[in-house]
Amino acid sequence: MKLTDISGDINEWFSGSGPLADVVISSRIRLARNLAGHKFLSRCSASERSAILKELRDVLMPLELGDKIFYISVDKAPVLDRSFLVERYLISRHHAEGRGPRGVVIAQREFFTAMINEEDHLRIQVLKAGLQLSQCAEQMNHIDDAIEQKVDYAFSPRYGYLTACPTNLGTGIRVSVMLHLPALKMTDQIEKFFNAARDMNLAVRGLFGEGTEAAGDFYQISNQATLGVSEADIISQFENAIIPDIAEYEKAARTLLLSKQLDVLDDKISRAMALLGNAHLISSQEALFLLSHLRMGINMHEYMGASTPAIKRLCTQSQQDDDTDKTGGVSIATINRLFMLTLPAHLQLNYGKPLDPTHRDILRAKIIRSELASG
Amino acid sequence: MRCQICKENEATIHLTEITDGLRNEMHLCELCAEEEGITIKSQVSINELLSSLLAAKPTDEELLGDSERKLSCPRCGFTLEQFHKKGLLGCPYDYEVFDKILSVLIEKAHDGQTVHRGKVPSKTPTQMKSQIELLDLRRQLDAAVKSEDYEKAAKLRDKINQIEN
Ligand SMILES: [Zn+2]
Ligand SMILES: [Zn+2]
Repeated sequence: MKLTDISGDINEWFSGSGPLADVVISSRIRLARNLAGHKFLSRCSASERSAILKELRDVLMPLELGDKIFYISVDKAPVLDRSFLVERYLISRHHAEGRGPRGVVIAQREFFTAMINEEDHLRIQVLKAGLQLSQCAEQMNHIDDAIEQKVDYAFSPRYGYLTACPTNLGTGIRVSVMLHLPALKMTDQIEKFFNAARDMNLAVRGLFGEGTEAAGDFYQISNQATLGVSEADIISQFENAIIPDIAEYEKAARTLLLSKQLDVLDDKISRAMALLGNAHLISSQEALFLLSHLRMGINMHEYMGASTPAIKRLCTQSQQDDDTDKTGGVSIATINRLFMLTLPAHLQLNYGKPLDPTHRDILRAKIIRSELASG
Repeated sequence: MRCQICKENEATIHLTEITDGLRNEMHLCELCAEEEGITIKSQVSINELLSSLLAAKPTDEELLGDSERKLSCPRCGFTLEQFHKKGLLGCPYDYEVFDKILSVLIEKAHDGQTVHRGKVPSKTPTQMKSQIELLDLRRQLDAAVKSEDYEKAAKLRDKINQIEN
């Protein structure tokens, strides 16, 4: 299995389907685990790391996941491959930039990945489209049980699963939901979301962007405390309270745009269409920023029946006035593909060789123009 | 939304708590929240906490005496100074060796919680499983006493005695 087998398309969890898909991109559950009888990684020699890597790889590769599984040796992978894995959320940036023997086990459909020798010996994650935390948790639990049949995890009655950093111990669980919140941003209410998250001791970070700034209005919200609160309680809190509340805020902001700020809304969507449809050089950040507005417009059309002049043009007409009688307009599938496939490493991997930033911007603009023109 | 205690001021503090499957919401103004002893914690990073503890003045020797500073793990040779640099521990046993200082950090990092709740590996020996159950029951007992639910507390105490004997 080569990375180019998956780099030409988006993965399942970015497909724009699942519950609350107009606001929730995906759900993710990650568990941190360490092997009993071994030191944590910061005190391990290269040969100890290799031994841990081999032990875990031998346990993970035969797992029955209902999908093909492949392994990538992260320390030996070229820089471009590592960047691709990070863009795809298959490994963390920390893992890409780490040192020493380390790897990742990936299910081909990308709903499961296991990082070996990241900050902990093992970090396993399950991802699904839309708000599906319970489903993620169930699958994660089965996989964790299957692994535990073969290895002994470091565990203490008082502190639960022991992790290299004391902030992760207990359940070792990190519950994360990826959200698309363009209307909160556009109506200057995104601070509300940050404040609510902080008051509940939840971590928020921007996605796809560099640093803390969210590019394309994508945010990830995660729990921080992992001790003294069960997996089920954390998940229930996210699924029944936090995420539905945030989705309501975002939908209220979209309604506000439609009822009171129609000109602002149509201006943003029309500008995004014009720029994306005509640019010959476009940076990744600018593309994400503009695609976000189109994504919101299409979702407002599909989920709220919105039909402003700009949304109508976006959703029902082809960008080019050629004589083909297309009535479909731009689909959400096209927008999602463009979000992912125009990220720097995706672009270069699919092109077949590294490109300097200017040539990336040219290629990105070309792909966007042609995809938008064909719907 | 109005504050649910004074029913006068605008509620600016919204809390949602889920305990044992029950959802409990509170919407309070800042004044009433303060009266209720609810303060909005700002997240403090583990490194900040550690720095402040390691920089503790000599009068704080109770918390971090000379013996703690010089302590090293017999299994991996880890010291607190190394923890200070990376924020990562050396081996699982460090949680016992450095318990005195780590327990303070852990409580702060996890919203005041000090005992695991949730999944337990299925291979865990029976004796350890009942030890875990006891820890959880004691935690529930503390919570019941705090909320003055003495009926529940009595039941929990009976259960604890039963397991202990
Ligand atoms: Zn009040
Ligand atoms: Zn140690």
